[in-house]
Amino acid sequence: MATGIALNRRMAYLLPLAAFAALVAYFVWGLNPSRDPRAIPSAMIDRPVPEFALPPIEGLDGPGLSASDLRTGEVTLVNFFASWCVPCRVEHPFLLELATRDKVRLFGINYKNKPAEARAWLAELGNPYGRLGADTTGRVGIDWGVYGLPETFIVDGNGRIRYRQLGPIDQQTLEQTIRPLIRELSK
Amino acid sequence: MRALALALGMFVAVLAPAWAVQPDEMLDDPVLEARARDLSREIRCLVCQNEPIDSSNADLARDLRLLVRERLMAGDSDDAVKAYLVARYGDFVLFEPPVKPATYALWFGPALIVLLGAGGVGLYYARRRRNPSVVDPLTVEERRRLERLLAETDGTESKPR
Repeated sequence: MATGIALNRRMAYLLPLAAFAALVAYFVWGLNPSRDPRAIPSAMIDRPVPEFALPPIEGLDGPGLSASDLRTGEVTLVNFFASWCVPCRVEHPFLLELATRDKVRLFGINYKNKPAEARAWLAELGNPYGRLGADTTGRVGIDWGVYGLPETFIVDGNGRIRYRQLGPIDQQTLEQTIRPLIRELSK
Repeated sequence: MRALALALGMFVAVLAPAWAVQPDEMLDDPVLEARARDLSREIRCLVCQNEPIDSSNADLARDLRLLVRERLMAGDSDDAVKAYLVARYGDFVLFEPPVKPATYALWFGPALIVLLGAGGVGLYYARRRRNPSVVDPLTVEERRRLERLLAETDGTESKPR
């Protein structure tokens, strides 16, 4: 009994230290510059892609894009982009690399963009997309839970969304997240 | 005079709140429109995060306002409209998230911290009452010595002022 109390007393001195350590851990997490406090986790992960059917960008030859194109047994990247989106320009070389070097199937959804501007964008920077749909009203974007461009989804062969990249793909996300996940899902 | 009126008018226009809801968005049915306004105040704009879609000027907020009205026109209940948005954007889209295991920390965390604090204070006072710090009374010998010392100080040590 007496030793129990003595032990309790000694542990009591550790209590402020433990509280301080917890506070430090919280600050390290909260002030970490690589954490984006505005990022909202996607509600779409592990859910089937929403039903949609989009026409091609006006004035471009192409088949358009619909949900059934994403259920063909092949892993697909679906990239939401627009010519008015500055980070999309930063991301574009990585999309080209994924499409040409990695031979990844990449589909694009042109979000609330004027057709002429979208065509000019693709003519200037190159077109990495196997299929392109034009979401002129932004309604398909809402169905995917998109709230800021660019956003890129990795869809598995069964048409299930497995990952969402918020903001532009860069070298690090490409190497550490996107390539490994595509490799794993393609098995 | 006209210039003054114009200046005044412009001043008032600047002071007036910037309404985000545009006339072309509004529904003809006032009851439905009122429901849409109430709902819009409970739905977060994902772009400007601390603003409801009702007062946000972001493009997405406008799209969501139109969507809310469209769902109401189609006969959705308020809860169905919210469920529609939560399915796409998660609980974060609601200013008042539902009570469920994932949000327990959010709902009950502050109360838990207050309880912990109150418990600590209560424990402190309970312990103090159970064994108050007792001052040992002086022994007879100590008391005698104290009296002697006091007498000494009174007699010889004190200096005249």
